[in-house]
Amino acid sequence: MSALELRGISKSFRGLKAVTGASFEVTPGAIHGLIGPNGAGKTTIFNMVAGVYAPDEGEILFDGRPVHGLRPDQICAAGIGRTFQIVKPFAGLSVLDNVVVGALLREKRVSAAKTHAAQILERLGLAPKRDLPASSLTLPDRKRLEVARALATRPKLLLLDEVMAGLRPTECDQMVAVFRELNRAEGLTILLIEHVMRAVMALAQRIVVLNYGKIIARGAPDEVVRDPAVLECYLGEEAEV
Amino acid sequence: MPVEIYLNVAASGLLTGLVYGLMALGLSVIFGVVRVVNFAHGEMMTLAMFLALVLFNALGLDPLVTLVPIAGVLLVFGYLLQIGLINPFINRPEHSQFMLLVAVALILVNAQLIIFGPDAQGIRTRYSFDSFQLGPLIVDAAKVYAAGAALVVAAALFAFFRYTLLGKAIRACADNYHGALVVGLNVKRLYALTFGLGAACVGATGAMLMAVIDVTPAIGPAYTLLAFVIVITGGLGSMPGALLGGLLIGLTEALGGVLFTPSAKSMFAFGLLVLVLLFRPQGILGRKTG
Amino acid sequence: MIGRLTEGVPRRALALLAALFLLLLVFPAFASGYLLAVGFLILYFAFVGQAWNIMMGFAGQLSLGHSLYVGLGAYAAAALYVHFGVSPWIGLGASIGISMLAGAAIGFLAFRFGVAGVYFAILTIAFAEFARIGFDHFRWVQGSSGFFLPVANYTQNDLWNLRGSPRMFYYLMLALTAGAFVLCHALLRSRLGYYWLAIRESPEAAEALGVNLFRYKMAAVVISAAMTALAGVMFAFYYNNLFPEQIFHISRSIELILGPIIGGIGTLVGPIVGAFLLTGLAEGLREVMLRLGIDVPGVKQVFYGICLLLVVMFLPDGVWPPIAKKLGLRR
Repeated sequence: MSALELRGISKSFRGLKAVTGASFEVTPGAIHGLIGPNGAGKTTIFNMVAGVYAPDEGEILFDGRPVHGLRPDQICAAGIGRTFQIVKPFAGLSVLDNVVVGALLREKRVSAAKTHAAQILERLGLAPKRDLPASSLTLPDRKRLEVARALATRPKLLLLDEVMAGLRPTECDQMVAVFRELNRAEGLTILLIEHVMRAVMALAQRIVVLNYGKIIARGAPDEVVRDPAVLECYLGEEAEV
Repeated sequence: MPVEIYLNVAASGLLTGLVYGLMALGLSVIFGVVRVVNFAHGEMMTLAMFLALVLFNALGLDPLVTLVPIAGVLLVFGYLLQIGLINPFINRPEHSQFMLLVAVALILVNAQLIIFGPDAQGIRTRYSFDSFQLGPLIVDAAKVYAAGAALVVAAALFAFFRYTLLGKAIRACADNYHGALVVGLNVKRLYALTFGLGAACVGATGAMLMAVIDVTPAIGPAYTLLAFVIVITGGLGSMPGALLGGLLIGLTEALGGVLFTPSAKSMFAFGLLVLVLLFRPQGILGRKTG
Repeated sequence: MIGRLTEGVPRRALALLAALFLLLLVFPAFASGYLLAVGFLILYFAFVGQAWNIMMGFAGQLSLGHSLYVGLGAYAAAALYVHFGVSPWIGLGASIGISMLAGAAIGFLAFRFGVAGVYFAILTIAFAEFARIGFDHFRWVQGSSGFFLPVANYTQNDLWNLRGSPRMFYYLMLALTAGAFVLCHALLRSRLGYYWLAIRESPEAAEALGVNLFRYKMAAVVISAAMTALAGVMFAFYYNNLFPEQIFHISRSIELILGPIIGGIGTLVGPIVGAFLLTGLAEGLREVMLRLGIDVPGVKQVFYGICLLLVVMFLPDGVWPPIAKKLGLRR
């Protein structure tokens, strides 16, 4: 059974079709990439999976259970965590407290949540900064915090929305390593939207390509990258990877 | 009760409503462009009313005449307020701005209390007791003149925004702050001018109302609330909406006062407000901001 | 439990708090009648400011109609006492219940229909105004003529019926304020507190982490309303007269938020510092004016307005945070 399955998902905004008839599956324990030009509808799909809005048509199944139309907090409780394209730290809280908010979903007591949060910060290399206000972090650290928070909710599926944007190549590689490790050690299923091809090629085992709201290609990274339809719309005819 | 009474009350309500509408228009312009919630709106109006009172008592000038210089004074006041206090606040969180104007309102209303005292004061013009008769309708002359003046000022404001270069520039700022900056518009000055214009509306309204009702400092906050109810009902940021809202509220209040007890009439305005906030927060003529 | 509450609090802060509490405890021993009344007022505003702070400072919901809960609380307990002889200790149950219902109604309407920010603030004002006008016509509690509690000459304090000397009221208010302080401290460290702060900082991010926004915003409104109702009960039994025009008036709502805003929204100590500063300075100003022979209504309010203006312009986080830094209580 797939971890996540989209069946015929469509969404329009005031007459503009953002996504039409999208269907794909994400296998448990796999890392899938969702790519496509700007405005292709990737974040719209994410937002539908994450419960920000309901699809106009189609179904979304998580572990076989329908989750389309649920509220974001219900989706999180079901086991889907997400990060935001534009990071949203709880600026007035400390780094640790940010993650505690996430951990409180699964821990009854604040003390247990703090312990769990501290462990996660350790994994993501943020432990030395745990007592600093979140507002004082650099962008790469904020991205890591965003991931840490989502991880604290013990998700089975993690949705990463352009988490590499704005990071330098070395920072990007560090993040890739973190995700690889999480995927390997805990079997965390990951679905990521990315423009940074370096990260997509390094992480994704399968890729889905979106253009103008429709899926135009899917498959293993090296297949997709050579698909003429994909090359034409997204990577440009002369592009090399 | 005979139908004539309801008709008269309704007519009276509509006329007063036009004046309210002008006041709300000022608020709408300020919010629509500068995005500031002017919590001191009613207090600025009572300021204008007191000015009209003083000019009448000292120089015997009719408020419908002094409304022009009073609007001018309020224009300057609004301009300076925006430039001095509010412009530095554009990037602060919403509730900071709000509190700023709450503070201004507090200072204004109590300064008026200190200077003029709490008692109601009014003026008697030569037409205070006149009335017009149109078939079954008997309407106060003062209200007719005030409503007429309100229409003229509103029309002038519409024309300004529609046809003048300055008006268009202001609308550009409202539509797109950064875009306006990029094309070289001095947005801060334009914001100040807009606040000034909104204040001028309120100033004109104050002068007009002085011909119709008595003033005490305490009615300031009540009118601020009324202005909000009107603007939200008609549509925040919509100029015709403000006038429509004014008419609606004027009518509701008047009829409510006659059908129930006069002192309960504001309850209807608030009831309407709650309904609008719940079911159509953009107001009757407003656009959904997305 | 005391250990858990004080865990993580800097020693210096605890020492200062203890010193302050002791000072307040012995204050009535050397205070004149007038100063005692001022002391009561300061504690009253500290308490009610703390209650408001829960909604705004913690959960980020701006209420400008909090006088609604003060009034409902006051009238409920007063009416039960005057009409049925019910002790206010029992009557406060009704006060809290009614205020919580009102808060729940406002919260439900607002949050279900997505009324937020400025619109929410205006909604709260509308409800308070509705109550003001409504109670003006409420015959059972004498409407606009005013509702009076019987004040007999007493030689002893009747704690059960809240009839007594100013000193009794002072200590009651001190207990309430101290209790509120401890409660808010505990709340901030609980799951409720964390979720509230998260909602305040970024509702979207909070939701994505599994926080049910509706439930927790409602909790903030209802808890705030309940606490404020208690202030209403104290108000009724201390002043012994209630007029809708006064108790539900928007200036009451604004008055009670001045303390937390000037002291520091979202901080525990802010409302207390704010109450001390504002009321203390205002009374000082009044003294000065009396000596000079000026007795004009409105001067105190202008003073409040100017304070508010200055704080909002130059110290947006309130007066307390910079002081806390200086005292070494914060990073």
